[in-house]
Amino acid sequence: MNLEQLRGKLFYQGALLGGVALLTTAALALADKATSADIADAQARDMQQSLTQVLPGKFDNDLLKDTLVLNGPNGEVTVYRARREGRVEAVVFKVSGNGYAGPIDCMMGIDRNGHVTGVRVIKHKETPGLGDKIEPAKGHWIYEFEGKSLGDPPAEKWAVKKDGGVFDQFAGATITPRGVVKAVKGGLEFFDKQRAQLLDEAAPLREAFGRAHEGDKP
Amino acid sequence: MSNIYARITRDGLWNNNIVFAQILGMCPTMAVTSTATNGLGMGLATTAVMVTSNMLISSIRHAVSEEVRIPVYIVIIATLVTLVDVSINAWAHDLYKVLGLYIALIVANCAVLGRAEAFAAKNPILPSGMDGLMMGLGFTFALTTIGAVREILGAGTLFADAHLLLGSAFSFMELKLIPDYKGFLLMILPPGGFLAVGFLIAAKRVIDRRRASVTEPVQVAVPSVSCH
Repeated sequence: MNLEQLRGKLFYQGALLGGVALLTTAALALADKATSADIADAQARDMQQSLTQVLPGKFDNDLLKDTLVLNGPNGEVTVYRARREGRVEAVVFKVSGNGYAGPIDCMMGIDRNGHVTGVRVIKHKETPGLGDKIEPAKGHWIYEFEGKSLGDPPAEKWAVKKDGGVFDQFAGATITPRGVVKAVKGGLEFFDKQRAQLLDEAAPLREAFGRAHEGDKP
Repeated sequence: MSNIYARITRDGLWNNNIVFAQILGMCPTMAVTSTATNGLGMGLATTAVMVTSNMLISSIRHAVSEEVRIPVYIVIIATLVTLVDVSINAWAHDLYKVLGLYIALIVANCAVLGRAEAFAAKNPILPSGMDGLMMGLGFTFALTTIGAVREILGAGTLFADAHLLLGSAFSFMELKLIPDYKGFLLMILPPGGFLAVGFLIAAKRVIDRRRASVTEPVQVAVPSVSCH
């Protein structure tokens, strides 16, 4: 039988589809093997970058490896801890607020005294030109949080100016900054409640999370 | 022989341009063209997929049965798109942060399947590859033009963030055309995409008519595949 006749047969068509599926899946598996390490690297670099932005300064440990998973304001949250001489100096974690067009994800850093070291929006779908001033590339608004804590300003002032608070809103966009302010406040409250555990003070036994790096004092 | 290639080139770049003549691939077109750089990146990624998918499909065209050709083409195209997706994610991660969301949209670009069906399934490998290349470049040209129009009117810049796509050597392309521009939000939002595409298609028609009145009438091929 030549190809011409074969092409009309049912078993040939089935085998052809199966063969094509097999070959393409094999190609995908190979590509995954070739790229997965590089992709993981790139994502870790991204994470490292956003950690450095919200938490300036030098620390002894690799934050990406000193993590803690707790029940936070929006479900489970991974907390990255920065240490100097074994003591937790600051923590970084993700908080999420409700924006105008879906959730706004932010990374925020808090030092051990409860002051915000920095906030960065890592993912949002706000209107370009109106709500996107929460990005550092488009405005300085996000820096307003630095140095603030739960007592400064007082709890009832943790809101945008329109709601009687101290934080600016943007012309034409109130919902976006309101969502971010609420998320940051939620993050601070979470820190306040879980303080002992976050700062590693309740449990003197330190986690073994691959912390045996150089520069780490026992 | 060179005659075929000249025709393929003219068709792909202008006469039968995917966006401006066939009006195909509107989904990725609207989604990415808020800046010229995004349009360029999406166009180049689509071109890579079209050249390889056309050549692959052309090389197996005698073995594929008529009855199962569509699933075979789709599986091949989807695989190629995924390969492009993971490669960009791994080796051009900054670009991936800009375009990543849209790469998967190439599968939904019916122009890729359209060329496989209309050209690659009936022609030898080399002309098919050439068709993919020229159709892809025509698509890139269209997306970059739409992106440029929307970016200039919407934000007053041109090729913003081009260094993310092409490397820092190309940061000279990043222009701020209108200083102190407050921005024109409508052009950045989806309606601006439709406005820009509409006016550009009209402009192409006017140019074609002018040319036709000088030379012979231009044949505009009707697309054989219909989708969105």
